[in-house]
Amino acid sequence: MDLVLAKAMPEDKANAERAVGNVFAAAHGRLPGAGRIADIRARAFEAYERVGLPHRRVEEWKYTDLRVLMRDVLPLAQQPDAPALRRAQAAVEQSAFEPAIKLVLVDGMFASDLSDVARLGKGVDVGTLREVLETSTSDAMAGLVLSTTADAMISLNTAMATDGVVMTIAEGRVLRRPLHVIHVATASSASHFTRSYLHLGDGAHATVVESFVSAETACGYQANNVTIALVGDQASLSHLRVKADAADAVNISSEIIAVGAKAKLNLFNMIHSGAVSRYQGFVTLAGKGAELAVNGVNLLRETQHADTTLVVDHAAPNCVSRQNFRAVVDGAGRSVFQGRIIARPEAQKTDGKLTMRALLLSDQAEADNKPELEIFADDVNCGHGATSGGLDESLLFYFGSRGLSENDAQALLIQAFLGEAIEGVANENLRDFATAQTERWLKARR
Amino acid sequence: MPLLEVRNLHVCVEGREILHGLDLTVNAGEVHAIMGPNGSGKSTLSHVITGKPGYQITAGRILFKGEDLLALGPDQRAAKGIFLAFQYPVEIPGVTTMNFLRTALNAQRRARGQSGYSTPHFLKRARTVAKQLNIPQSMLKRGVNVGFSGGEKKRNEILQMALFEPVLCILDEIDSGLDIDALRIVAEGINAMRSPSRSMIVITHYQRLLNYVVPDVVHVMSKGRVVKSGDKQLALELEASGYAQFEDAA
Amino acid sequence: MVAARETVERVARIGVDQYRYGFETLIESDKAPKGLSEDTVRFISAKKSEPSWMLEWRLQAYRCWLTMTEPTWARVHYPNIDYQGIYYYAAPKPKKQLASIDEIDPEILKTYEKLGIPLREVAILEGVEPPPGGPPSANRKIAIDAVFDSVSVATTFKAELKKAGVIFMPISEAIREHPELVQKYLGTVVPISDNFFARLNSAVFSDGSFVYVPPGVRCPMELSTYFRINERNTGQFERTLIIADKGSHVSYLEGCTAPRRDENQLHAAVVELVALDDAEIKYSTVQNWYPGNSEGKGGIYNFVTKRGDCRGKHSKISWTQVETGSAITWKYPSCILRGDNSSGEFYSIAISNGFQQVDSGTKMFHLGKNTSSRIISKGIAAGKSRNTYRGLVSANRNAAGARNHTTCDSLLIGDKCGAHTVPYVEAKNSSVTFEHEATTSKISEDVLFYCIQRGMSQEEAVSLVVNGFIKEVLQKLPMEFAVEAQKLISISLEGSAG
Repeated sequence: MDLVLAKAMPEDKANAERAVGNVFAAAHGRLPGAGRIADIRARAFEAYERVGLPHRRVEEWKYTDLRVLMRDVLPLAQQPDAPALRRAQAAVEQSAFEPAIKLVLVDGMFASDLSDVARLGKGVDVGTLREVLETSTSDAMAGLVLSTTADAMISLNTAMATDGVVMTIAEGRVLRRPLHVIHVATASSASHFTRSYLHLGDGAHATVVESFVSAETACGYQANNVTIALVGDQASLSHLRVKADAADAVNISSEIIAVGAKAKLNLFNMIHSGAVSRYQGFVTLAGKGAELAVNGVNLLRETQHADTTLVVDHAAPNCVSRQNFRAVVDGAGRSVFQGRIIARPEAQKTDGKLTMRALLLSDQAEADNKPELEIFADDVNCGHGATSGGLDESLLFYFGSRGLSENDAQALLIQAFLGEAIEGVANENLRDFATAQTERWLKARR
Repeated sequence: MPLLEVRNLHVCVEGREILHGLDLTVNAGEVHAIMGPNGSGKSTLSHVITGKPGYQITAGRILFKGEDLLALGPDQRAAKGIFLAFQYPVEIPGVTTMNFLRTALNAQRRARGQSGYSTPHFLKRARTVAKQLNIPQSMLKRGVNVGFSGGEKKRNEILQMALFEPVLCILDEIDSGLDIDALRIVAEGINAMRSPSRSMIVITHYQRLLNYVVPDVVHVMSKGRVVKSGDKQLALELEASGYAQFEDAA
Repeated sequence: MVAARETVERVARIGVDQYRYGFETLIESDKAPKGLSEDTVRFISAKKSEPSWMLEWRLQAYRCWLTMTEPTWARVHYPNIDYQGIYYYAAPKPKKQLASIDEIDPEILKTYEKLGIPLREVAILEGVEPPPGGPPSANRKIAIDAVFDSVSVATTFKAELKKAGVIFMPISEAIREHPELVQKYLGTVVPISDNFFARLNSAVFSDGSFVYVPPGVRCPMELSTYFRINERNTGQFERTLIIADKGSHVSYLEGCTAPRRDENQLHAAVVELVALDDAEIKYSTVQNWYPGNSEGKGGIYNFVTKRGDCRGKHSKISWTQVETGSAITWKYPSCILRGDNSSGEFYSIAISNGFQQVDSGTKMFHLGKNTSSRIISKGIAAGKSRNTYRGLVSANRNAAGARNHTTCDSLLIGDKCGAHTVPYVEAKNSSVTFEHEATTSKISEDVLFYCIQRGMSQEEAVSLVVNGFIKEVLQKLPMEFAVEAQKLISISLEGSAG
């Protein structure tokens, strides 16, 4: 689709690979799991090596060229020591909220002392990836947790994951407290890889929040994390993700979710920090009558790059999906939304809608929207809409005439613009939490 | 021979029986009203007579002028002169009402072995009929029912009925959503079409319409059967006492 | 193309196997040796008695082509094309130098008559009923350039056009007669270093149409090129170049057919449009290449690069296309909105049935200030076909005030087909207004029953609803085309209902 001629690859692939190869070799002793697990890792790494870091000629990564944005993969972070954990604790305290149960990962390792495992109620089981991979008894479980896709960054995660949280919620269990997984980075110029797993039993209800934060002085790190989630029949999951990484950090998050019959999944994703951030979700509506609501917000400034990519695969009949994305881009920020709705041949009566809207606040800002429909079933009702533009001048003038400063007027319009996406967050506390993040961003804008 | 004869009609939708042995006889020139509560099977009957897909006829028969109607496709039934005024007329974007009317009319005529109307002839007729029903010319140029008000949609149904000159008219809740003025226009359109060679089945919830379109026979339907038939007095009785008395009779 | 006046009834009750232009004309032809090499390029250039700069240009393109591989990003699948198994040049063998149209091989004339293309200079009357509010239809003229395999066989109304100062001739002639114009504009919109198929075309194109409309001239008639592939194993690589000088206006129509053959044939055309200040070009296509039979055998591979450059301020380029043919369609008629206040339009109907694969759409590049673009795409997938809309709308940093509105609707008929929508919307400044909306659905059962209850057959009902669905685009076509297109659409969809 390029008007101009193909330029040479922006990065020397061989060099990039050699660097990663060293990283994997160097990390070898620190990766939990032997035997079959080690095989899976080796195969995943081979799969990664074949293609290397995704670049703009890989259609799914067209707008987020990691060969330019990441250049290479940094060495694995050291296991956090006591001072690191103390610094992490300060960051955890800032982002924790009541009455959530904290589950903390520091530099890719589960930190039980910073977590509230003791407060878990009946029917909720939380373990670590490390335990699962190191106890040979749960071989099947290990395979499931380490399941992978064709995506290079997920393959790399499969190879490199050092730890993660493994959450199982029993059938019919209704969780009153949200589970709050906090990813903290304390090491600078290092990478960490986590792999988490969530199984929500049939009819169970839960809210899971994932936050990404950094301890003071942590900078230039790369976070790569994957969550695999199974939502049982008639279960209900609210899943929020807030990325508040260090200003120069790279964060690549992936999520693979299967949703059962008549189950409800409510996703919210917010990116307002970090240099380069990608959230990619692969949601399969696997059971008849499953319902999905996704809301996403990208709040960007300076040279931030944020990419939200979501593939919603309607694999069963009578499923409903609603996706609603909002981007506010200031400075020389770049927002990317890619949303795809797939309706497979058997997914008759699919009802899928996708809206993505970008608000550009500066002439250096960029918004790339790619909404896609891939429809194989005929009895469907699918659609998408995308808009990009600046603030409405006439509204700004109207507010001005009522005595509002330009800044206040802009803030009001931006809040209204984001409101619709934030309103979609099911849990009230979390909605307030998201609104507070927005306000903080707006304040910092002045 | 009666114009329409429905005998012991049993109809299922997705395995559930909706009509349980319905009988109905309509002679030429008669106007029959069918009344009944929601879910009594009134609309199902209109769909089965006109051949809408999705209904399984498990027993019984429908004869039209002595001919087996169930053996015919819905378009063939239309060509025989069976017309349904829909309770919820659909919108067809991009297809002008005029083009729709002409395509349909010529399809019917062709099926009857008649020649199609010439364009000027057709336009003249359509405009004349539209005028009688107070339908503005601009409406004919718009997409079928697109952006029409509830009243306009119903008037459009009557326009089609007047233009196609059917032998059997089935009016499915033609009065729903109409204010009193619109109701009068629609009723006048219906009455103008009454003739000894044309029969009508008027499906309605309320007696109100029957003040304007006076029926020869009134049937009460409940739970998939005709439970009582009588003259127009029956409609007034129903208005006064409601349907509850018939729920048990079914 | 005012194609055949046959009515739907005359060709009614035919399935996708009954491609009505599928006959073959038996005439002698003059071919280049099979395969592609520098020698082939030289052969073609020599056949055309081209000046040396043209040969050099072709050779450069050929060398560029050698460095590239076929693109794979489109949603189309086909076996590898053997570029050495194709004839790159086939011309009807001239008996002698032609002095007038009467000397054209009567077999070719007959072919065009069968297709409904009158090559003789007669005014063309519609003979069809104008839509309400449509333009008056009497006495409209269309000048036609007919391209048979690789060679332009006739161009009509030359004299009358010349009076107006309009140049309309085969590009092979233009290279010889107007080298300054060709050199100035050829390859400036689609350079020889463009995509794989454009490079190939630049190396081996044999003919096509050339149009130049001088400043301030409103072209007195519609211009039209009619393309026909006849020879076996022949690729067709035509090149069209249209230049609308300042303040001029031209409307151009293009039609295409090919015989039914079991093997696949390659068509890789390039169209370049240049609109200078205040000029307007309207380019309409009805593409009806042979789509292959009901088992998916045969059919044209249509890899086409069409691009318009709104080079001048307040210029306008409008693409309208009706795509019903070809086994594979890969085309994205685009607009480069370079001039301030320029505008681009893309109106498309793409219908696929049988085993057809369509990956088509447009690209709107907003570069100048206050540029605007409008996209309406209507895709209909039936049978076992795949129909993808792929479109790009982008605005550069400096494209202040860029506006786009895109509507993209797909209709599925039957449960074995696929309809996909892949838009790319790229905004790089805060004063853009981009709006994109898309839907995918099927024809509602209730709507079908409503029509059938009024006496229409299932097929009539589907055809009526489909025509309503595409009406917005159909209205953008010149009327003769609209009527023809409507018939084509009914024929393409036959056998798909129910």
